[in-house]
Amino acid sequence: MSFAHLPALVIVIPLICAPLCVLLRRKDWAFVVAVLATWASFACSILLTIQVMEVGTISYAMGGWAPPYGIEIRLDALSVYILLIVSGIGSVVAPYARNSLLLEHIEERAHMFFSAYLLCLCGLMGVTVTGDAFNLFVFLEISSLSSYVLIALGSDRRALTASYQYLVMGTIGATFIVIAVGLLYQATGSLNMADIANRLPEAGYTNRTVIAAFAFLVIGAGLKIAIFPLHQWLPNAYTYAPNVVSAFLAATATKVSVYILLRFVFSVFGVEFSFETLPTALPFLVLAVLAMFLPSIVACFQKNVKRVLAYSSVAQIGYMILGLGFVSVAGLTASILHLFNHALMKGALFLVLGAVFYRIGSCHIDRMAGLAKRMPWTMAAFVGGGLSLIGVPTTAGFVSKWYLILAALEKGWWYVAVLIVVSSLIAVVYVFRVIEAAYFRDAPEDLRDVAEAPISLLVPAWILVFANFYFGVETSVSVGIAERAAQALMGAG
Amino acid sequence: MGDWDFIVGHYNYWIAIFLAMAGLYIVIARGNLIKKLVGLNVFQSSVFILYISFAKVEGGTAPILAKGIDVYSNPLPHVLILTAIVVGVATTALGLALVVRIRAEYGTIEEDDIHSQDESM
Repeated sequence: MSFAHLPALVIVIPLICAPLCVLLRRKDWAFVVAVLATWASFACSILLTIQVMEVGTISYAMGGWAPPYGIEIRLDALSVYILLIVSGIGSVVAPYARNSLLLEHIEERAHMFFSAYLLCLCGLMGVTVTGDAFNLFVFLEISSLSSYVLIALGSDRRALTASYQYLVMGTIGATFIVIAVGLLYQATGSLNMADIANRLPEAGYTNRTVIAAFAFLVIGAGLKIAIFPLHQWLPNAYTYAPNVVSAFLAATATKVSVYILLRFVFSVFGVEFSFETLPTALPFLVLAVLAMFLPSIVACFQKNVKRVLAYSSVAQIGYMILGLGFVSVAGLTASILHLFNHALMKGALFLVLGAVFYRIGSCHIDRMAGLAKRMPWTMAAFVGGGLSLIGVPTTAGFVSKWYLILAALEKGWWYVAVLIVVSSLIAVVYVFRVIEAAYFRDAPEDLRDVAEAPISLLVPAWILVFANFYFGVETSVSVGIAERAAQALMGAG
Repeated sequence: MGDWDFIVGHYNYWIAIFLAMAGLYIVIARGNLIKKLVGLNVFQSSVFILYISFAKVEGGTAPILAKGIDVYSNPLPHVLILTAIVVGVATTALGLALVVRIRAEYGTIEEDDIHSQDESM
């Protein structure tokens, strides 16, 4: 087998397997196809990562049409890093889906679920690998449309309104990105992102078209990322989606949107335009700090644990944007690293909640009281993921916060470092509320004889929990690639 | 170029901006879920017009390879918008499908009624 076509294969495999799942109609076969497709994509991503680390940026001309006229697949350290996150989470979550769907009344349509799941995966990976600005929008919409379908599959009827709300907000965000791409095309005459970056200085940094494009892009991507005041769609979408979908989307979708922001702001527009011509850093920092606090405080008062995690996601996005706002290699490294680590912790925690839901049919904090005695492995996994979310040493969450604090101190902004620590303490509150209920309270009458979650749900959850601890100690891979990506982004400007 | 020429000369942008704002206003101000989707469509259409209008070359015809045609409009934005229209159709279809399901579950497609039903649960 030739490795030359790997950049195309990584997205083509799930794209072809998605209709195959529908055609097979049998849920078992669809399940096997979906799992194999996600694993194959993950294997491709690992091979590509190794290749990029060895030889540097890979450029692949789709269909043999040379860039900038043809659509280019372009892989650098940042792309493969996000690709690795998305395909990795995708391949852990896919085997989990089979049993998790059982109780959410969508088992008979499981083949449809897997088809939408693969399309979503394909779209998310497509966004990270493409080097063409308009192609990026198309892949983004493939992933968005399928994620609206996935969210609407939730067993609660509020999943429908949550999905509708996300559809409206997401479409506005994506349309803003199209406007930005159109204006950029107008200013530079190119759609290839590397080509646009080369031609932008020629168009002039004071060009009003370029400034408008930048504004549309940041707002559009901000809607998709759920940057603090634009996050209204996120809590409902994550709360009412099927558990397996919450785990998948929380760990991947916002990460890919952050990638879009990083790619455009740093690679296409360049550091000089984004942060020196325009005062972008300050708004990012202010919004990031607000995001670190306000949603965290809201999370402390939620009764549904899925909602707690959803608000916590909005808060964690704050850390990613904070690192971006530092505009330094150290800050960006922390930001990119947190994309990876946050995917691990939120993926793990949502998978644990899926296992809880499987047994007790609820994620309400009062229903989870005393659960640690009956489901010790499940709740131990929650503690593991929760520690990482807080940022306790030896967990992945600690590593990214450590780098973030270092980056703040490097800038001399010690008060920002203090804010990072204080906001972590709020995470202690909302994580510990759940742990307190599960370990130190008595179970409700009707839930005294629930059994431990099945092994098929526990294994994927524990894989991610172990990953949290592994990458909390052995950081050479996760930090190494993030650092290279950050250097490339800063150097491009 | 005077201010007046600037305003009149960019009339295609004014139309696009008007449509975009009208569309967004409908999305925000209307409580009816179908009307919201209509607003979303108007908003998307404004972007289609933006792309198509800046592809126009003065005095140019359709981009066809034939004798006597030297000046033609830029075909690339046309192609992009064909794709964007397909995406828009898919979004609308999915949105309408969701509205059908919401109506089956709640018995209404008015946002306020849906909220009050959720509150009272």
